Amino acid sequence: MNRRSLLTYSAAASGVLALTLFIGWWRVDGPGAPEPVAQRPLPLALMEFQMTDQDGAIVGPSTLLGNASMVFFGFTYCPDVCPTTLSDISGWLDDLGDDVADMNVVFITVDPERDTVDAMAEYVSYFHPTIQGWSGTLEETARAAVGFRASYDKVANEDEDYTMNHTASVFLFDAEGQFASTIDYHEPREFAVPKIRRVLTRTEEETS
Amino acid sequence: MKSSTAIAIAFSILVGLPTASVAGSEDVVVEDAWSRASIGINRPGAAYMTLRNTGTDPVTLVGLETPLAIMPDIHETKTGADGVSSMAPAGEIIVPPGESISLEPGGLHAMLMRLQTKMIEGATFPLTLNFADGGAITVDVPILGIAARGPES
Repeated sequence: MNRRSLLTYSAAASGVLALTLFIGWWRVDGPGAPEPVAQRPLPLALMEFQMTDQDGAIVGPSTLLGNASMVFFGFTYCPDVCPTTLSDISGWLDDLGDDVADMNVVFITVDPERDTVDAMAEYVSYFHPTIQGWSGTLEETARAAVGFRASYDKVANEDEDYTMNHTASVFLFDAEGQFASTIDYHEPREFAVPKIRRVLTRTEEETS
Repeated sequence: MKSSTAIAIAFSILVGLPTASVAGSEDVVVEDAWSRASIGINRPGAAYMTLRNTGTDPVTLVGLETPLAIMPDIHETKTGADGVSSMAPAGEIIVPPGESISLEPGGLHAMLMRLQTKMIEGATFPLTLNFADGGAITVDVPILGIAARGPES
């Protein structure tokens, strides 16, 4: 191979590399990237599902309209993440004090086969009194997850039993039911509490 | 009795741990153990603690035993970039010399499957940690409230 063809080859190779990088950028971060909005929860008004709350009342996404809302998924047979999330949220609510009086805080079970209305009622009673526990049929649970763009999966464990993988993020909505932000699992309180305050403020502006 | 053995026994009595007369695991110090109360016995419990290896050799935690649960095991929760949390057995846990491994909410935890009795707030239960060198350490784990977030300070 002479020097000239070597140059040609390397120029062509760099060209291919540059093109590949460009296509990659275009599709991942550039204008060709999938619209991230598609992964965000729908506005509550566009969701459709029906569940029963801890007091036996029939509830759904429209029940939440009119006040800011905080919604998360979990299950009561979850020994680690779920009690931690519920205690974190209880701590945030304590920090916010009277400001959260009108806020909806809803724990939706992804395991309605074990988490009956009674089971949810007992479970949420151990945490902040604002926290509600919603349980639905398997079908309604699936519809709720679609609306929130949440996912869950039943997984067998070594105990000849099962556990649930599930989205552990907390979703925040304003009073009109528009999705505002997400509080990720493990997010420190210094970030979580201001995010909740922001959605409460936005709600006041909308309603005043 | 050799003086080193006497010191080891004295140390064990001092920190309230039974004697482990084997190499490695006797250098492990268990701190800040805690757990949450349970609702009945159908749901698995979880316990947390820090294992500190004060020795010069790595030690390997291979299993757990407790009269509280038929199937205690170390599990690990992982939360992916998509926000989905999952939990699976963690296998053996190696504590490098001079380092600590924390069992804490959202990460490693002692998963207490098939509870024999209800975990009642204010009580404690013994949890034995078995190590690869044949040694064992038993700690009394305090049971805090269901909504507890960490060890009592």
